[in-house]
Amino acid sequence: MAFQIPGLARRTLLASSAGLLAAPAVQAQATPIKVGLVAVQTGPQAALGTQLRDGWLLGMRQLNNQLGGRAVETLVIDDELRPDVAVTKVRAALERDRVDFVVGVVFSNILAAIMRPVTEANTFLISTNAGPSTFAGRGCNPFFFTTSYNNDQVHSVMGQAAQDAGYRRVFVMTPNYQAGRDAVAGFKSRFQGTVVDEVYVPLTQLDFSAELAKIASLRPDAIFTFMPGGLGVNLVRQYRQAGLANIPFLSTFTVDEATLPAQGEAALGFFSAASWAPNMDNPQNRRFVTEFEAAYNYVPATYAAQSYDAANLLNAAVRRVGGNLTDKNALRTAIAAADFQSVRGPFRFGTNQYPVQDFWQLQVARRPDGKFQTETVRKVLEANVDPWAAECRMATRI
Amino acid sequence: MRREDAAIALIIFAALAVAPFVGFGQGYSLTMLARGMIFGMAAISLSLLVGGGGLVSLGHAAMMGVGAYAVVALDHSRITEAWIVVPTAIAAAALFAGLTGAIAIRTSGVHFIMITLAFGQMAFFTTSSLALYGGDDGYTLYNRLEVFGSRALEGGLVFHFTCLGLLIGAWALVQALLNSRFGRVLQAARDNETRARAVGFEPYAYRLTAYVIAGAIGGLAGVLLANAAEFVAPAYLAWQRSGDLLFMVILGGLAGPHGALMGALAFVFIEEWLAKLTEHWRLIFGPLLIFCVFFMRGGIAGLLRRG
Amino acid sequence: MSTTLLLVQGLNGLQFGILLFLVAAGLTLVFGVMDFINLAHGVQYMVGAYMGATLAALTGSFWWGLLLTLPATLAFGLLLEFLVFRHLYERDHLSQVLATFGVILFLNQGVKAVFGTAPMQMPLPELLSGGVRVMDGLLYPTYRIAILVAGLAIAGLLWFLVERTRVGMLVRAGASNAPMVSALGVDIRRLFMLVFGFGAMLAGFAGAMAAPILSVEPNMGDNLLILAFVVIVIGGIGSVRGAFIAALLVGLVETLGRSLMPDLMRLFLDPSAARQAGAAMASMLIYVVMASILAFRPAGLFPVRR
Repeated sequence: MAFQIPGLARRTLLASSAGLLAAPAVQAQATPIKVGLVAVQTGPQAALGTQLRDGWLLGMRQLNNQLGGRAVETLVIDDELRPDVAVTKVRAALERDRVDFVVGVVFSNILAAIMRPVTEANTFLISTNAGPSTFAGRGCNPFFFTTSYNNDQVHSVMGQAAQDAGYRRVFVMTPNYQAGRDAVAGFKSRFQGTVVDEVYVPLTQLDFSAELAKIASLRPDAIFTFMPGGLGVNLVRQYRQAGLANIPFLSTFTVDEATLPAQGEAALGFFSAASWAPNMDNPQNRRFVTEFEAAYNYVPATYAAQSYDAANLLNAAVRRVGGNLTDKNALRTAIAAADFQSVRGPFRFGTNQYPVQDFWQLQVARRPDGKFQTETVRKVLEANVDPWAAECRMATRI
Repeated sequence: MRREDAAIALIIFAALAVAPFVGFGQGYSLTMLARGMIFGMAAISLSLLVGGGGLVSLGHAAMMGVGAYAVVALDHSRITEAWIVVPTAIAAAALFAGLTGAIAIRTSGVHFIMITLAFGQMAFFTTSSLALYGGDDGYTLYNRLEVFGSRALEGGLVFHFTCLGLLIGAWALVQALLNSRFGRVLQAARDNETRARAVGFEPYAYRLTAYVIAGAIGGLAGVLLANAAEFVAPAYLAWQRSGDLLFMVILGGLAGPHGALMGALAFVFIEEWLAKLTEHWRLIFGPLLIFCVFFMRGGIAGLLRRG
Repeated sequence: MSTTLLLVQGLNGLQFGILLFLVAAGLTLVFGVMDFINLAHGVQYMVGAYMGATLAALTGSFWWGLLLTLPATLAFGLLLEFLVFRHLYERDHLSQVLATFGVILFLNQGVKAVFGTAPMQMPLPELLSGGVRVMDGLLYPTYRIAILVAGLAIAGLLWFLVERTRVGMLVRAGASNAPMVSALGVDIRRLFMLVFGFGAMLAGFAGAMAAPILSVEPNMGDNLLILAFVVIVIGGIGSVRGAFIAALLVGLVETLGRSLMPDLMRLFLDPSAARQAGAAMASMLIYVVMASILAFRPAGLFPVRR
């Protein structure tokens, strides 16, 4: 028997066989497809959840609120960044509202919390941001896809970029939590120079003056940092104010369109890494960015782009199965085919159902209309597979 | 304890027992009820301190957290037998309460609040940095506890009634403590410490004992929370959680543990119900709490007493 | 660590401490004089930051924004006092805690509903946007020096008001024994309103001043509130002088702790573990300090005699 995650085997087998036995001959096409969209709407990181939600809603609007020709009802679920609350709400969505898909999740710990309830209910979970390594390797799951990336990958892009640029001494700084530690590991996986110091700051830190003084005293060739949300806003502004901008600022998720409005000029010229940027020049991206800004009046970030892609992904998949969602194996194959035009250009899924995609080095620039965005500088990694894919032993049939 | 208080508590327990059969029997409803009962248990244990002893702790979530992480640690070492895990978790929480309480109870008033907050924060930062147990990303439990090798707790109803049984046990224990000589000394020290000393009692020992017992019950609640959500994260120990527990106790009223129970259930259910109405449900919940403070002196329990 | 770096870190710590003082001063006065636990003090700081950013954007000038924030936060504080807090003076601490928690929920959600969830920006004023070269490659922003100066000036002003004016005397008397002051014929209600409004104004002003260097977002006051409580407990409740010393102490411990802890841990652990353990310990350090101080001086460093 193929490798199975302990505890899931028996329940999954029973549930799917029951489903096959009870498959109705004629699918009720009139009933709408229900999608549970899990996005944080509370607390300081709510801006990211808003981006995620708006990207999905725009996709829905462009598709006339349909997936594969069937009407869609989106239920927005606020996970409040509390894992037990997320579990309760997602369970309600699965059992009471009978959602057909669960899409979303900004943060990895929330994703980890809802992974079991969703997949054990034989429902597909599409992550449009969180991409923890846990589920990329041995924890991979046939019901789980991501349209984003594996967290480690993005950080390794910056490491590669630093290596390519010839930096020898880099100062590294991230928040003191799992994702922060993963960021450091990811950066180091491709950067071969010296890390002059590795600093972990509290998640609630407001004032970086102590760390900035350290950076100045060590005089590194560059700094690498991962400071999401408000942390990034504070760091970037204080970095510039301290006169350190001549030391190249390499980052991930620190200077993105969610934080650029507050960072403004302070972030100009700083570097980032991602698989997508608003200035990518292909028809679907141009359409996405223009309509997004027209509808919501702010520049989209990766959170929005990735959930927009998820909308188109599911649209193509549902169309492939002719609107019939009961055959889970067929649906899974349809999703895995990824037969849609992603805003980032070429897109396909790897064997572990994480994307295989290009990664770029980006730089912050000011647009002619005065707004700020990240723009592609050069491609760093091409068709990159995440480092965990080889460890995934996924069952071929659900 | 007045007979009305016991009656109120029994009515609530009966309602919780019947709930799965009158429309709340689905998985997600049971999860919500479980959360209500678990926080009810934690709130009851906190009310022993706040109501009984006048000790306002802003670190009680740490007790739950220690219990939950004991489950995690044992699960990581592949020990999932309830008869081993539960006593260990309770002992761990009691030990944590004993060590921290020994220091905290030397202070009083707002200083006590801050010291308990400090210990809670220390526990929070420690669990956040435990990469072995997932750190901030949390730890997924693939199975609930086994009872003598049986996977009975995986069943929704079995788990529901287990929680309910333990909740009733916690309520009965706290109520009995408050009625006993121990409880009377504790409350006397709360009302007037000098007078209690004058009569010959040393409040410190009584308070510390109450603190350890409350910690132990909190640890048990933590074990149940870990099993209900099948997921544990440092977020369970955040100071905001300790604040929530305190608010539940205050909302319910300090008349007795039944008050804390009502406060916890009210909190959990109102949150659920309001969140369905609007994204901005806190705009309603905040003023609702203020309204309760203005017009319901003595909390929900006080309202029922007068009525 | 070089001496220059140590000095710079010390300067950073003092500056953070001054900001903390501005928030803690109002809190300790309200608690000391009115025996009122105001958990909503943190959101008053946040509202001040939002008002500052909005007014600066409306008037197009940082200075006007900052200046207009003073009456705006005063008015807002008095409004809250009238609607909510006034009815809580006679109530017990726990009721105050629950009610002010309700205020926190409402205002955090309120700014989100009005301004959205994305962080807002308040630009630095032209005059203060430069920096002083304090060491090779490091500019100490002029604005931070301005905060230091402003904070010290306000501390001085507070000292003068509390120690040398009649109103200040009433405030100090009220902190010692409010019923007696009332019995002596002073309108205690008016005094409370004054203290409360002033405290709210201080917190709001601190928020507006901090806005250019710290991000303006919902919930920004929550963690600062905890630190403010740590400060007033260490300093002694009701004592402005205590709040000043304690705030500087907390600021220094926080800042120096973050820089030194990982290095300290390296004496015992390997570099990688040392950094993570050091970071965790640095977060706990302020609580350890508080607990230690309370162990020896249970009423804080400068308790107000009753």
